[in-house]
Amino acid sequence: MNYTFDFTPIFQAWGLLAQGAWATVYISAISMALGLVFGIVLTALRMAPLAPLRAFAIGYIELVRNTPFLVQVFFIYFGMPELGLRLNAMEAAILTMTLNCSAYIAEIVRSGVESIRPGQIEAGKALGLSTPDVYRFIVFRPAIRAVYPSLCSQFVLMMLNTSLVASISAQELTYAAQMIDNRTFRSFEVYFVLGAIYLVLSQLFSVGLSMIGRVYFSYPTK
Amino acid sequence: MSQTTIHMNDVNKWFGTMHVLRDINLTVNKGEHLVLCGPSGSGKSTLIRCINALEEIQGGTIEVNGNVLGKKGANVDHVRRDVGMVFQQFNLFPHLTVLQNCMLAPRRIHRISEAEAKDKAMHFLEQVHIAEHGHKYPAQLSGGQQQRVAIARALCMGPQIMLFDEPTSALDPEMVKEVLDTMVGLADQGITMICVTHEMGFARAVAHRVIFMDRGEIIETAPPTEFFGNPQHERTRAFLSQILNH
Ligand SMILES: Nc1ncnc2c1ncn2[C@@H]1O[C@H](COP(=O)(O)OP(=O)(O)OP(=O)(O)O)[C@@H](O)[C@H]1O
Ligand SMILES: [Mg+2]
Repeated sequence: MNYTFDFTPIFQAWGLLAQGAWATVYISAISMALGLVFGIVLTALRMAPLAPLRAFAIGYIELVRNTPFLVQVFFIYFGMPELGLRLNAMEAAILTMTLNCSAYIAEIVRSGVESIRPGQIEAGKALGLSTPDVYRFIVFRPAIRAVYPSLCSQFVLMMLNTSLVASISAQELTYAAQMIDNRTFRSFEVYFVLGAIYLVLSQLFSVGLSMIGRVYFSYPTK
Repeated sequence: MSQTTIHMNDVNKWFGTMHVLRDINLTVNKGEHLVLCGPSGSGKSTLIRCINALEEIQGGTIEVNGNVLGKKGANVDHVRRDVGMVFQQFNLFPHLTVLQNCMLAPRRIHRISEAEAKDKAMHFLEQVHIAEHGHKYPAQLSGGQQQRVAIARALCMGPQIMLFDEPTSALDPEMVKEVLDTMVGLADQGITMICVTHEMGFARAVAHRVIFMDRGEIIETAPPTEFFGNPQHERTRAFLSQILNH
């Protein structure tokens, strides 16, 4: 083996990497927020008293969880223009991420809701609260608290998944690395550094999410 | 004490194929205090849970303050507004402080201001002698304190009727008295009360009538002196000898 490592061309391209990392964080954060909202709506539909709503939610969740993410990205980006939905790569990436992660989040949130003792819901009803109020003010926070660790690892997985949207040329971190690779032919160094940046990003996400959790779920339990 | 407030007429309830309430006929007058007792599984909890529509009935009618609880949830909101309930497991909301537990329903349902809800909450927390713990979370209170908060929380909605489902049976013995004292105080104010309990001292002190249930039926109803002194039914005697020998 007479390959000599040379990281200098990669560090010279740091601006490109920084831009890519920022795009990754941006795509992830927006998709997480939207995915959480849609995921909660899906959970509500999944548990709705009307059978067609439940069927829709179950169908959607199963569809998303049983097809590859890459296929979903291609479908949205290359397939949807046939139906008149023309998105640029960034928009397609965010939409796919959001649709994808909402299905996973819905399953996690549902198990949180199911972990709430029926007595809590009965106490709310006995006080005269409406069913939406019972879920909003009584069930929601303890339910999310119960599944917050799974929710966080789902978020981190999602952030790592953004690397797949490089395949539609969305200009995020992995795409930036591919550009540098094409220019420098330093594949080992490029992907080594790329992996290290993802590792740092996922650690930052974990720490940030657990800090948010510590504030939002600060109430004591037995 | 003659105005009818609860009227159960031929009420029947099944869980699947299990017949848990059989032809229940019960009239409760305004201001009356009933104690409901009977063996485990006899249907006591189910009976009082039907009164605020936490359980659906399959036969008969229930009328509460003139509102008939119909099929498919008719009048449920009206009835629940008049009826407060206290559970064996307290069921305080763990993520809300004591004050917030008491303020949530009045704010959402009566749409009163935060300040007004707080005043009301403090008033009832003082009544149950726990106002100084208003800013604590349920997990920071003892069982007896939690149950008193649960009583205050129900009172904040201004109910005319209070239902208690074994409010002291999850408590350590030294905390039973503080909760029973609170309930006696409430009874003295003339609120209508139905209480599932095996605290016979409480029954003697506040009940106008004691009701004995077995296997989904009301077997015997009598004022406490008669009920304990001269029970009419064989099954009542057997039950009383069991619990009094404890
Ligand atoms: N949600 C339910 N589904 C099916 N069966 C139930 C349900 N709730 C109660 N039961 C059954 O109905 C019967 C009456 O129950 P209930 O809880 O009213 O009894 P109880 O007199 O309150 O007993 P305990 O003293 O143990 O609290 C029991 O046989 C119980 O197993
Ligand atoms: Mg019971």
